[in-house]
Amino acid sequence: MSTPVLLGTLLPAVPLVAGLLGLLLPPASPEAGAARRRARRAAITLGTTGAALSLLLAVALLATLDAPAEATRTWVDFGGLTVTLGVRLDSTVALVAVAVAAVALAVQVYSIGYLRNGPHDEVDVDHRYPPYAAQISLFTAAMLLVVVAGDLILLLVGWEVMGLCSYLLIAHERRLPAAPGAAMKAFLVTRVGDVGFLLGIALLGVSAGSFRIADVLSHDHATGLLTAACLLLLAGVAGKSAQFPLHTWLPDAMAGPTPISALIHAATMVAAGVYVVARLFPLFGQVPVALAVLGVLASITLLLGAFAALAQDDLKRVLAWSTVSQLGYLTGALAVGAPAAALFHLLTHAAFKALLFLAAGAVIHAAGTALMSQLGGLRRTMPVTFWSMLVGLGALAGLPPLSGFFSKDSVLYAAEEAARHGGPAPAWVGWSVWLAGLVGVALTAGYATRLLLRTFFGAPRSPLPQPHDPPAVLRWPVLLLTVPAALLGLAGFSGTFARWLEPYGSATRERTAELLPADPLVHVGPTVLLPLVLLALGAGLAWARWRRDPGGDPAVLLGPLRPLSARAFWLDDLQHTLVVRPIARLAAGARTADEVVVDGAVTGSGRVAWWLGGGLAAWHRATLPRAAAGVLAGALLIGLAAVLIGGDA
Amino acid sequence: MSGVVGQVLLVAVLAVPAAGAAVVAALRHDRAARLVGTVAAGLTLLAALPLVAGGDDAGGAGTDPSPAVRPWHQVDLPWVPGLDLRFHLGVDGISWPLVVLTALLTLLCCGYTLWKVPCGGSGRALVALLLVVEVGILGTFLALDLVLFFVFFEVVLLPMYAIIVGWGGPDRRRAARKFALYTLFGSVLLLVGVLVVVTAAGTADIVALTGGTGLSRGPQLAAFTLLALAFAVKSPLWPLHSWLPDAHTQAPTVGSVILAGVLLKMGTYGLIRVAVGVAPEGAEWAAPVLGVLAVAAILVGSLVCLAQTELKRLIAYSSVGHMGFVLLGVATLTGTGLRAALIGNIAHGIITGLLFFLAGAIKDRAHTGDLADLSGLRDTAPRLAGLLGFAAVASLGLPGLAGFWGEAFAVVAAVRVGGPLWLTLAVLAALGGALTAAYLLRLLRQVTHGQASPVVAQVGPGVARAELLTWAPLVLLTLAVGLAPILVLGVAQAPVDALLSGRP
Repeated sequence: MSTPVLLGTLLPAVPLVAGLLGLLLPPASPEAGAARRRARRAAITLGTTGAALSLLLAVALLATLDAPAEATRTWVDFGGLTVTLGVRLDSTVALVAVAVAAVALAVQVYSIGYLRNGPHDEVDVDHRYPPYAAQISLFTAAMLLVVVAGDLILLLVGWEVMGLCSYLLIAHERRLPAAPGAAMKAFLVTRVGDVGFLLGIALLGVSAGSFRIADVLSHDHATGLLTAACLLLLAGVAGKSAQFPLHTWLPDAMAGPTPISALIHAATMVAAGVYVVARLFPLFGQVPVALAVLGVLASITLLLGAFAALAQDDLKRVLAWSTVSQLGYLTGALAVGAPAAALFHLLTHAAFKALLFLAAGAVIHAAGTALMSQLGGLRRTMPVTFWSMLVGLGALAGLPPLSGFFSKDSVLYAAEEAARHGGPAPAWVGWSVWLAGLVGVALTAGYATRLLLRTFFGAPRSPLPQPHDPPAVLRWPVLLLTVPAALLGLAGFSGTFARWLEPYGSATRERTAELLPADPLVHVGPTVLLPLVLLALGAGLAWARWRRDPGGDPAVLLGPLRPLSARAFWLDDLQHTLVVRPIARLAAGARTADEVVVDGAVTGSGRVAWWLGGGLAAWHRATLPRAAAGVLAGALLIGLAAVLIGGDA
Repeated sequence: MSGVVGQVLLVAVLAVPAAGAAVVAALRHDRAARLVGTVAAGLTLLAALPLVAGGDDAGGAGTDPSPAVRPWHQVDLPWVPGLDLRFHLGVDGISWPLVVLTALLTLLCCGYTLWKVPCGGSGRALVALLLVVEVGILGTFLALDLVLFFVFFEVVLLPMYAIIVGWGGPDRRRAARKFALYTLFGSVLLLVGVLVVVTAAGTADIVALTGGTGLSRGPQLAAFTLLALAFAVKSPLWPLHSWLPDAHTQAPTVGSVILAGVLLKMGTYGLIRVAVGVAPEGAEWAAPVLGVLAVAAILVGSLVCLAQTELKRLIAYSSVGHMGFVLLGVATLTGTGLRAALIGNIAHGIITGLLFFLAGAIKDRAHTGDLADLSGLRDTAPRLAGLLGFAAVASLGLPGLAGFWGEAFAVVAAVRVGGPLWLTLAVLAALGGALTAAYLLRLLRQVTHGQASPVVAQVGPGVARAELLTWAPLVLLTLAVGLAPILVLGVAQAPVDALLSGRP
């Protein structure tokens, strides 16, 4: 086994072992005491060690991998359909794995401080740390499995286990009544998407006779089948990567502890869908219909998320909707045939979104609320958090030279190219993504500015008297994440980096590898002016509005759109009316039908038999004269029959 | 392993629990009797496990299409020479996993009874009945003679009736009566089907009959219809399932575990081994109907579960949906589908067995199974809640756990058959998978999450050592089969291919 293969295999295995061991620790002890402290310490050690080791492994993989590597062994054979266990490694895998492991480590460390009794906890709360840390480890393992998997079924294992871990972690907070419902919603909505994902995998696997990604990519699929399979896969992608109309779970998932939001929004879960499309891009690239659908979903998602983010009052919900919007950029880049740009933005987004959530967690931790209407003026009391948040928001809005500027620029450039010159998808898809992306820039700048002003500037409105910067265990993960959030974009200038992000097995990669030095992902030219102007416009409008009324909400700029945006265009209610309630009614109807009709027929036939038996028995209970008459009549009948039949003979 | 040892083990698998039942019934001391019963169940498992050794798996598969059943070990003795009935037992890769599952679940149930006897009757009698049921189920899986198969199939019925009536819940009499009468109705069809086959083919030997060589088309269609109906009652296949929710809900915990864990498998096993094996042409003819009913079972079963209000009844109904996946796999009549059915069978036995154990534990502690009264279990009993969560997640078919393979690959098999009908069935079955997740998550949300309800608040956090010992093997097997499906399917490759090779 070569070194990269060994590293790639260990990558998901290490956090998996840490997670499984962690689940064996006692989940809760009846009273606070030494036993609980010991369990907590063990859980912390296991969690951080697992994440740190996977980060080391991922970095080592990035360092040692010089050519794509693959290893496969048969897992099980289903009558001519082979399912394999194996890894499929390239530089993209290594880069994404580094991002996943780094965010996971930051989250593990941050959670140590975050899930301790905060200043607003009057009662002693048992945070059930061991299962929490173990579930983060499992979550990391599942995402890393998706990243390295060389087989679609193996990928599906990681994909679904990740859904389960998000469910468990979102429901972690026991004092929050909304948490169980939000967790269930997250699992179910993504699971509905996974119906399509499973069917898509089934179609591809049956067509290729194997579920190995290499076999599936190299097989010459029939066009109709490939189209159907790609569209079905998109359903799963839309679920995991929160694309319209399956995005509804993501904002509700804010019920989970803030570090978990960072984990879900930055490197795992929502990244998985985009990553899988990039991984299978040689297939998607052949199906313009699928790319067109993806492009439309991306444009809607991008604008929907940005508008909704503008009108939220909850700090975390603004960030959640901004994730929805940024995911629109990612899938938009895929739709215009630029997986490398999508992965580039995925990596920078992982950095700045993790930073933003962890910094927001520090704010919530210190101020005791996440509502911006109760925050404000934290700039002076929480300078470290303020500056980190500033870097994160700048990167999110695409302020040069922070990371988001370059990656968003590469997405917009790709969309513009596709709009002007066409690509694997029709030109109108390029236009749609490009225009939505440009409008999105202004909106993003608007809500980022609003968040910054309402939280850190103006008069303090906090209920707690003395908000202050968080302790070191919370501060350091935030501070360290500012580095990639600020600087990762510069990597886009490197051609090597661009080549690393090209999907393995695609035509472009071979071309660039053989003929030309790869194009860098960043294109500095006159086209960057347009987004910059829009950014200034969005930020300027929000700022001007705030200047006029520092206590007011710049969201009033939305005018009549504001209530609509605040409710995210009533899509949640629509989903409830169109899907949830009919199914509940159908279920109640099915139950009644099953009990009354199906079981009714069974018990009914029993009752009829009982009644018939009773009737016959009553008929046989006769008095002597009638019985004698009956016997006589019977004898007569038999005699008659004998005469008649005998007479014939 | 030499042939003689294999034959001795084969007979021991039936003789040990039978003798155990007799001894248990004869002993006066209750606890000693339960102990003897548990030991007998353990010895049965020990006899069943090594049967796999010496099974030559690849034995000429493909080169010689007949016979389509190649038992690893067999015992073939004259039984009623006048009627040409033979006492013919054998084990192969299709039956062995089920035999082991049966032996394991019976052992766990006997062991559980050692710790706790459900109120109603003596523990001694319960253990004896469990062992008799085990003899019947194991005999059904091992029989290679149709008449013998029928006899063992029937042996199970009355002791199970007695278990439900003797140790069951408040509405046990009605449930047990319904169970006995309904399945008896299925048995009548089975008997007629067996007689049709035997008179048309002139032999009752399953080895000779498999592949449908002895039967022409007409009798095959008739035989398959009768046999499939009989097995559909047992499996159960919608709409012949309505005995199941009552019986499973009213039965004591160990009874529910055996019912759901292995008793239902007699139906699916019979469908694969007898109905499809003996009348492949009939199977081909009826496959679309079977597929449609299987998918209807998946959808109706999960919808009904979504509207259930009682813990045990919900789990009972979930079997209808899960067995729908197994039957869909069988109905595709492909190598993929049959493998999915076999592993789905085993997985359902393990997972639903565990779910019934846990539901019993919750009901014993909270004294109610009403979902409206149960909530917040993870606050008061985190371990129990965690195990329930694990079992529920396994049951919803999470990849990486045992339940995934059967359900996902039943869908894959339907896709593989292709055509508008089967593709539609695949889509609907996959949607059923999402509904399955919906009702199990609803169950978890209701029972484990939220504020502790009054009845849950008085539940202690502890889990008895006996309970952990009983559940641990099932938890581990769920993980093991999920991670290494080869454990079940490795031995089944050759027999499944052989079974299908005789297909026209």
